[in-house]
Amino acid sequence: MRIVVVGGGMAGTIFANNLARRLSSELRAGKARITMLTASDRHVYQPGWLYVALGRMTPDELEREQASLLEPGIGLHVDPVKQFNLADNNVVTEAGKTHEYDLLVIATGSRPVPEDIPGLQENAIHCYSADNAMKFYDRLNEFKGGRILVTVGLPHKCPMIPLEITFCMHDFVRERGLLDKTEFYYTYPIGRSHSLENVAKWASPEFEQLGIRQETFFNLKEVDGANAVARSEEGSEIKYDLLVTVPPHRGQKVIEANNLGANGFIPTDRASLHMQGEHGNNVIVLGDTTNLPISKAGSTAHFEAEVAAENVASLIKTGRAVRAYDGKVFCFIEAGRGRATYAMFNYSKPPQPKAPNAAMHAFKMAYNKLYWASARGVL
Amino acid sequence: MDDHAVVDARGSFCPGPLMELIVALRRAQVGATIELLSSDAGSAKDVPEWLNKVGHMLERSEQDGQGVWHIFVRKMK
Ligand SMILES: Cc1cc2nc3c(=O)[nH]c(=O)nc-3n(C[C@H](O)[C@H](O)[C@H](O)COP(=O)(O)OP(=O)(O)OC[C@H]3O[C@@H](n4cnc5c(N)ncnc54)[C@H](O)[C@@H]3O)c2cc1C
Repeated sequence: MRIVVVGGGMAGTIFANNLARRLSSELRAGKARITMLTASDRHVYQPGWLYVALGRMTPDELEREQASLLEPGIGLHVDPVKQFNLADNNVVTEAGKTHEYDLLVIATGSRPVPEDIPGLQENAIHCYSADNAMKFYDRLNEFKGGRILVTVGLPHKCPMIPLEITFCMHDFVRERGLLDKTEFYYTYPIGRSHSLENVAKWASPEFEQLGIRQETFFNLKEVDGANAVARSEEGSEIKYDLLVTVPPHRGQKVIEANNLGANGFIPTDRASLHMQGEHGNNVIVLGDTTNLPISKAGSTAHFEAEVAAENVASLIKTGRAVRAYDGKVFCFIEAGRGRATYAMFNYSKPPQPKAPNAAMHAFKMAYNKLYWASARGVL
Repeated sequence: MDDHAVVDARGSFCPGPLMELIVALRRAQVGATIELLSSDAGSAKDVPEWLNKVGHMLERSEQDGQGVWHIFVRKMK
């Protein structure tokens, strides 16, 4: 069985390592082969960019060599895929190499596209890459007071970032002694402050207590940089001094270019995680790349990867898949003032977030380091 | 109505049916109809509320035997 994994991010790496552990004897005997094709020789822990934006971490702390994270027996090629020939069971890379497969796993992630909204790229700061997170810090560091406006694009990865970035900036501004000169203005696309009802029920009173203004049903249409105004699809206009955005996202260009899914997100079966359509039988999709109506989060990628690896190993050993993905997601929520909470939910159970506390924040900080064990498939 | 796009947001707590609909409408052509599937009773209320604010049209909304809401929306601008 030739298994080709496209993408060496959270989903691809956890899947490949988990599978390699389950198939160690098959790999040694040459009965199975795992090849990973990816776009970078570095593996980045993206959740750390939030802390880079606040000056609490540096980008180098968030990176490891991709090769150092993989189980022996996984063949790594830093050579991105350019063409998916699903009818012929092969992919072609940028370097022109063809890789034949019996099973293909696509986990190429998602990318921020602030350029999709007129004026957003030029006028807003965000923390969705190391460079942007450092620019974010510079602008926040220079901030001397005024209105900080937060806008949220759809879809976006990490559903908690809108709340977290607001709470954390509030801390930053308070610690600089600028709170009395600053107004926080939080906006959100739907009729409450977060997509998860129970999280919104907790977050809105926290915002009120901190004097953070909230406007719901705000979907950004355009930013007028000359007048420092953000306008919504719903007809509202808000002036800003510092514009902070959670940009809208798309999947990778290569997914769109190969017509695998609108906006780069691949139609995926919610339980089996196989691609929908005629070639789905031997194509699995994991992580941000799916079009599933669940959070684009590292934990989603992790739980999906575990289910898929168990199924593929079982398929090879016994001829049958054994597990269905239940939509499980777990997200920490940084709540500011050294506290955090979390939300855990799946397709059928909504989350019941608890009051934030210091222990959960300490756990998140520890997880930022433990992630590397998780990527290796140990945790 | 036959070739309309379907957005299956059953079992979606986060991002949730309305956010899925907002994304799909952004992508759609003016005049296109989208059918939103939602298992969340809240959608029958918050989807029309948003449509009203933003200026797209609610064509109809109905619940099937399994309790799933089918909400048909037309992009108007
Ligand atoms: C600021 C920030 C904070 C976050 N916080 C959290 C959090 O607290 N909790 C949480 O659960 N999640 C969080 N996330 C989200 C999380 O990082 C992503 O959801 C997760 O990385 C998705 O994993 P993935 O494998 O799908 O994609 P990625 O990890 O993005 O990996 C994609 C991989 O595909 C490769 N690739 C791209 N194009 C090609 C190609 N053509 N051929 C081959 N390979 C290709 C890339 O090199 C990369 O290795 C956060 C994200 C950000 C940006």
